[in-house]
Amino acid sequence: MIRHLAGKLGGALVSLLFVVALGFVLFRVIPGDPVVAMTRGRPVTGDQLAELRVRLGVDKPLPEQFVDYLTAVLRGDLGTSHVYNRPVAELIGERLWPTVLLVGTSTVLAVALGLWLGIRGAWRRGSRSDRISTGLALAQWAMPTFWLGMLLSLATGNLFPSGGMRYPDTPPDFLSQALDVAHHMVLPCLTLIAVVYAQYLLVMRSSLLEEMHADYLTTARAKGLRDDLVRRRHAVPNALLPTVTLVFLHLGLVVSGAITVETVFSWPGLGLLTYEALTGPDLPLLQGTFVLLSGAVISMNVFADLLYRVLDPRVRAS
Amino acid sequence: MTAIVWQRRRAAARATWREFAARRGGLAGLIGLAVITLLALLAPLVTDVSGLDVTRATARPWQPPSAEYWLGTDHNGRSVLLLTWWGTRVSLVVGLAATVLSVLIGTVVGIAAAHFGGWASAVLMRFTDFFLVLPSMVLAIALSTVLPRGLGTIVLAIGVTAWPATARLVRAQTLAVEARPFIERAQALGGGHGHVIGRHVLPAVLPLVFVNTTLTVASAIVLESTLSFLGLGDPTRVSWGSLLHAANVHGAVSQRAWWFLVPPGLGVVCVVLAFTLCGRALETVLNPRLKGER
Repeated sequence: MIRHLAGKLGGALVSLLFVVALGFVLFRVIPGDPVVAMTRGRPVTGDQLAELRVRLGVDKPLPEQFVDYLTAVLRGDLGTSHVYNRPVAELIGERLWPTVLLVGTSTVLAVALGLWLGIRGAWRRGSRSDRISTGLALAQWAMPTFWLGMLLSLATGNLFPSGGMRYPDTPPDFLSQALDVAHHMVLPCLTLIAVVYAQYLLVMRSSLLEEMHADYLTTARAKGLRDDLVRRRHAVPNALLPTVTLVFLHLGLVVSGAITVETVFSWPGLGLLTYEALTGPDLPLLQGTFVLLSGAVISMNVFADLLYRVLDPRVRAS
Repeated sequence: MTAIVWQRRRAAARATWREFAARRGGLAGLIGLAVITLLALLAPLVTDVSGLDVTRATARPWQPPSAEYWLGTDHNGRSVLLLTWWGTRVSLVVGLAATVLSVLIGTVVGIAAAHFGGWASAVLMRFTDFFLVLPSMVLAIALSTVLPRGLGTIVLAIGVTAWPATARLVRAQTLAVEARPFIERAQALGGGHGHVIGRHVLPAVLPLVFVNTTLTVASAIVLESTLSFLGLGDPTRVSWGSLLHAANVHGAVSQRAWWFLVPPGLGVVCVVLAFTLCGRALETVLNPRLKGER
């Protein structure tokens, strides 16, 4: 068990180092001279360029730059954004909580909705409600997230704020602030849920369908258990296992959704920060969000793997 | 190859087609795709390209649909119908090209990892798993930001991020095929790597790859529209994503200009649904295990 744990954590550590190295290749090696890219379209003298190069540390050879970069990242220093002229780590710290709030709320709601509809669909397979909910899920899967967000915003008119996280003139007490944030969060949250829940629905549905013909269900029915007890106590707990891991595996998808949703609704989180960084283009900032978002998704995957072992005794035994 | 072999292959293809045509969803998807492709091909013949030119737009901007402009006009006074029609071309081309690239990478990596085994396989699979968990959109955004803007960049960004799922699938199928005795027989008779892969593994893997391709096109088109929506597309070409980018930047939502928002997005939904329906129907036809279920 401990050996397995160490192996998993070691693998995750290697993956995280990979991400950091990939960040270096993407933002330092491929763009060539970042100074030229930063100052494109602006009148600058050769002296200014040279000074900027020294300040960014890009006048040294690449291997030396990589070592500098690696030690800086390990110390938690992600460089300085040149649009905001502030440390990237500080900016990310500010924008982290709005994203956690948005992604967390919508994931919890989407999981609940997806599992509920998936269980219902599988139990009454082929019924009209099953066909409708599966078809709807497929249609929503085909929809680009940002388009759905714009349509929702268009359809609801002035009912909800069109962007941001709070109004500037809200009283500072906790209750009105919380209500204001919740009011701003309705549309982005709805959009994310609509795009993500379909995955959970389809996974839960097919995983429950696989359990449907299992012998232990026949036994449970033969014991005289009511239909919904058979479902709740016997079938669903077993079918939930693969779904739990998939909830975490699909977090990459949620992160992608968050980037576009936050862009559409100007939600001041990491997604909007990524958008601001790519329009600059502010390469140190984009590098920071790249490393953080990828690292978060990788860590979640490892967590899912470990959770699965805790939940499923069959995996633990093998 | 003898005539009998070809006769058998033709019969197998006919049987597959009959089964595919019996599925309403798949057939609807195929017809939809045919119509959309035809429209995309006809665009330069039926319509006038100069209508896309901002400098030559004469109509009033933000016009709602009318008899003259069926889908209204955009912020520059161009016809939204014309823009959406031309957008089909870029979205389809990028989606298909990116898919070909990603399926190619995935197939090569998958077959290599399964066929050669040993430490090379372990390294390849470690690499695949790394890219599999990496959020593909974040990587695609990073790639298309640092590379010069253009269709090639978008294709590359999507192709390089979408392959790991194909690689896993192909590896699993290759392992299953190579465990069969006829591979051992071929090797015993002196068949080299090229012979085994080309004559035995590829024909068994290709149907699966083909299904996977249809499903990958759908996600590639969504990814293309998302990247263009973020402003990372080719600035000189009209695509559905770049139209929605313009709509967002120029405030189509606050102008209540539904006619500028709905058509490009609907285009994405139609194409993606058509490819998904086709792919799912093909999957059921070509994968005997799924038959009779679900």
